[in-house]
Amino acid sequence: MKKIAVVSGKGGTGKTMVTAGLAEIVKSDLSLADCDVEASNFKLLYPGELLSAEDFHGLDVSVIDTEKCVQCGACLENCRFDAVEITDGLYSVRTLRCEGCGVCDYLCPSGAISMKKRLSGEIFCSATEAGPLAHARLDPGSGNSGLLVNEVKKRAARWANISELLLIDGPPGTGCPLISTVSGMDAVLAVTEPSISGLSDLSRLVGVCKGFRLRIFVVINRYDLEESVTREIEEFCRSEGLTVVGKIPFDPSVIAAVRRNMPVTRIDCPASEAIKKIRDNLSKELDVA
Amino acid sequence: MKIVVASGKGGTGKSTVAANLAYSLLDRHPVTLVDCDVEVPNLHLFFDSEPETRDVFTTIPKVDTDLCTLCGDCGNFCRYGAIAVLKDRVLIFEKMCHACGGCMIVCPEKAISETPYPIGLVEDSNPLSGLRLISGFLKEGEVLAPRIIRSAKEMAEDDEIVIIDSSPGIACPVIEAMEDTDFCILVTESTPFGLHDLDLAVGVTKNLGLNTGVVINRSDGSDEEVRDYCAEADIPVLMTIPFDKEIASVQNKGGLISERMPGWKEQFACMYDECLRIGGVGI
Ligand code: SF4
Ligand code: SF4
Ligand code: SF4
Ligand code: SF4
Repeated sequence: MKKIAVVSGKGGTGKTMVTAGLAEIVKSDLSLADCDVEASNFKLLYPGELLSAEDFHGLDVSVIDTEKCVQCGACLENCRFDAVEITDGLYSVRTLRCEGCGVCDYLCPSGAISMKKRLSGEIFCSATEAGPLAHARLDPGSGNSGLLVNEVKKRAARWANISELLLIDGPPGTGCPLISTVSGMDAVLAVTEPSISGLSDLSRLVGVCKGFRLRIFVVINRYDLEESVTREIEEFCRSEGLTVVGKIPFDPSVIAAVRRNMPVTRIDCPASEAIKKIRDNLSKELDVA
Repeated sequence: MKIVVASGKGGTGKSTVAANLAYSLLDRHPVTLVDCDVEVPNLHLFFDSEPETRDVFTTIPKVDTDLCTLCGDCGNFCRYGAIAVLKDRVLIFEKMCHACGGCMIVCPEKAISETPYPIGLVEDSNPLSGLRLISGFLKEGEVLAPRIIRSAKEMAEDDEIVIIDSSPGIACPVIEAMEDTDFCILVTESTPFGLHDLDLAVGVTKNLGLNTGVVINRSDGSDEEVRDYCAEADIPVLMTIPFDKEIASVQNKGGLISERMPGWKEQFACMYDECLRIGGVGI
């Protein structure tokens, strides 16, 4: 199975639109994963049927039993994450700040601290028109988005033997979720747009992806909005040895499609044509259909 | 007054709103703009300047092999899998270490000390009269974004008007950026994606008990759903920025509409007053 992740230095570049479009028109048997666990949108375009839902537990959280606490202060002094606080003389843990390291638990002389499992989200599998989809929901404020991405990928890997291609809608940024997403991929498709920040984000993204053994392809979305910057991006790709596999024009049909909750490739329009070309180019480069 | 500009997802125009807001207040008061989108910081692209740079460090453990008996306690303690004790040595995976200090505390031989480990930097500059710009940069491949965010925010601690550009999403870096602020502006687009992500971001601000308002960006005029959502959630819509080729063109080249196009400066300044009013804060 070939594995491709669609990523973007920043969100809002049209990553999900490209992933959803490709998902509809590739000829290979497909499995899918939405690794943008903080803002998972893929499901809006491919509702499908929910097959399973499991709780996701991230790192533990520390809890103080005020009855047992002898107020020695060891937890407060040694927590490096400022997660312990005193209110009205009572010690407690600010759950949002706690990183579950266990230092306070280790040091507490009275056994007042325990490490509890923390529910941090849910992992789902769905059957969609385009193929089986693994996706997730992260609780607002939880850390561990990288861990959750790994869990989503594990679910999708179960389908490895039945499909020829795994297509991942990746997270924005270059931090832990992105790193968890691209590790083990054959290729990434970086979606960018012609603005000064688009170029800056792309170059950081490429910097991170280079650390992994994968091929990097670039798509320039809304390329005609600022053709001078598009040329700069193409120049950058040439100098980095990256292949630009497609340029998508600005096309109002894209928003119209999103408003109707469907992949843009269901509409006959310039953006669809461009995505078909991206598919053709990718299948040549990667030897998949 | 500390205002944080956030969004469920990136690319909604968060940085644009933060930069324009800061620029529009300069006639009245000095402003500090803090770029906490440390994975892909963009605010410095709007303003030319010669920054002073400061490295940000975390610590990683260092094992004194003469003292270490390879007992294994440190490896057992570490919840992040950052230490592995082998038959003949102790391995440390820097990138996984959260610098909690636990291994140093549990080592019975006092064999562990800590050394600084650079994870990024903070730039401090004065690109325009009255404007201070602080930008955090996480090194490529590093993951401790909250550390850089904290350093960047700490530098602005004593400043009076602080506008913070947060990272997208709803995970730990966003919480770090939002904490101890007076008001949150959520930037959204009026598509189903935008609304879905806005709802998640509203969840975070509610959790933190933060006063919140919404800016609709790249509006094509069909914003009813977002407006209905905001009315229901009791969140004011502070401003609507239309999708317009001229606006897009100014922004794509790194320009500010409040500087280049008439009327926007006044609108952003008004929005600030509105944030003050809702946030119930002076200045
Ligand atoms: S587990 Fe670690 S982060 Fe959480 S409160 Fe205890 S010392 Fe602080
Ligand atoms: S270390 Fe234990 S006993 Fe001491 S203050 Fe913390 S919870 Fe209380
Ligand atoms: S706890 Fe200390 S003595 Fe034991 S293996 Fe770790 S460094 Fe060595
Ligand atoms: S400092 Fe904490 S996270 Fe780092 S290696 Fe030691 S125990 Fe693990």
